[in-house]
Amino acid sequence: MGEFLLLMVSAILVNNILLIRFLGNCPFLGISKSMDTATGMGIAVIFVLTLAGMITWIVHTYVLIPLNLEYLRTIAFILVIATLVQFVEMVIQKTAPPLYEALGIYLPLITTNCAVLGVAIINIEEGYDLITSIFFSFASACGFALALVLMAGIRERFALVDIPKAFEGTAIGLITAGLIALAFSGFMGLG
Amino acid sequence: MASLQAEFTKGLWKTIAPFRLVLGLCPVLAVTTSGINGMGMGLATTFVLIFSNLFVSLLRRFIPTQVRIASFIVIIASFVVIVELVMQAYFYQLFKVLGIFIPLIVVNCIILGRAEAFASKNTPIMSLADGLGIGLGFTISLFILGLIRELLGAGTLLDTPVMWASFEPFSFMLKPPGAFVALGILLAFMNLITQLQAQKGGGR
Repeated sequence: MGEFLLLMVSAILVNNILLIRFLGNCPFLGISKSMDTATGMGIAVIFVLTLAGMITWIVHTYVLIPLNLEYLRTIAFILVIATLVQFVEMVIQKTAPPLYEALGIYLPLITTNCAVLGVAIINIEEGYDLITSIFFSFASACGFALALVLMAGIRERFALVDIPKAFEGTAIGLITAGLIALAFSGFMGLG
Repeated sequence: MASLQAEFTKGLWKTIAPFRLVLGLCPVLAVTTSGINGMGMGLATTFVLIFSNLFVSLLRRFIPTQVRIASFIVIIASFVVIVELVMQAYFYQLFKVLGIFIPLIVVNCIILGRAEAFASKNTPIMSLADGLGIGLGFTISLFILGLIRELLGAGTLLDTPVMWASFEPFSFMLKPPGAFVALGILLAFMNLITQLQAQKGGGR
């Protein structure tokens, strides 16, 4: 159990997927302008990433390795993820309409979120087993959601302050992200 | 001919990808710890972009609209695998440094964005020019950002020491937070130039 706790701390704080590993930065800057959308996206990513981590691991171990097709990993994974996202979208739409209302628009965006493919590849390259993979995917996604919500919280305050004209929009967002990343690198010693 | 040139040059300044559209940021931030790394990543992406644009454009009449995104991703992923294998065979050093970001070219939003917004509606020649322009713009951005971070963070340019002897490397620039801050300042700088240009042009 201690091992899992360490992995969790490492994935959420020390090697935060957005701020330290630089995966999934497009949605990070694109939709962190309000708290509601950030929370919605965060939950959608946690959901899809955990599922995707599990399924890509199974595909890699039981389909690609027996057939000696490891070099097709990138293609296979992106297809699995795209299909999974579509499938999740349909299932949620049928079974839980309120949830679909809340997450609907974020789900298609997740296909091209490099965090999902990135974590799937990290799982394989680090040689994690199935349980560790699921756990690591979940923890990474939590790190993603945490950073996204923190960022949205700060960016909502921007409406009230006077920002130099050249820095308006994305530029100030990037500087803010840099400062949050600086705070997160303070966790470096925990690993 | 004039419009062909226009499609090519728009990628170099007017819609230079990482700065104007703020797309494909992950590799921009992650691999620009030196000029060479930035350029390697940029060229790999350009290769994929050119060929995916060409093939999407050639096949645009045969791909049904309902499944177009999936088809585009398969085309892009095929070229990414080619780049991955070629780099592993001939540029192993660079392959090691860029690591996970080579397979991740698949999900670079710039490439899918161009396939959807441009290549699926235009002729192969136009799409080729578009891919080349956007790709080179991307490469130049990565190269410049890499040079700035390398110069300030390690005091070298393309691995040659250029700073004076007592220069203390500003290692913050090579760390992840430095990437965000450097890109943010560069972006603000570009906004400033655009604003000054607009003022000169009679407040267009």
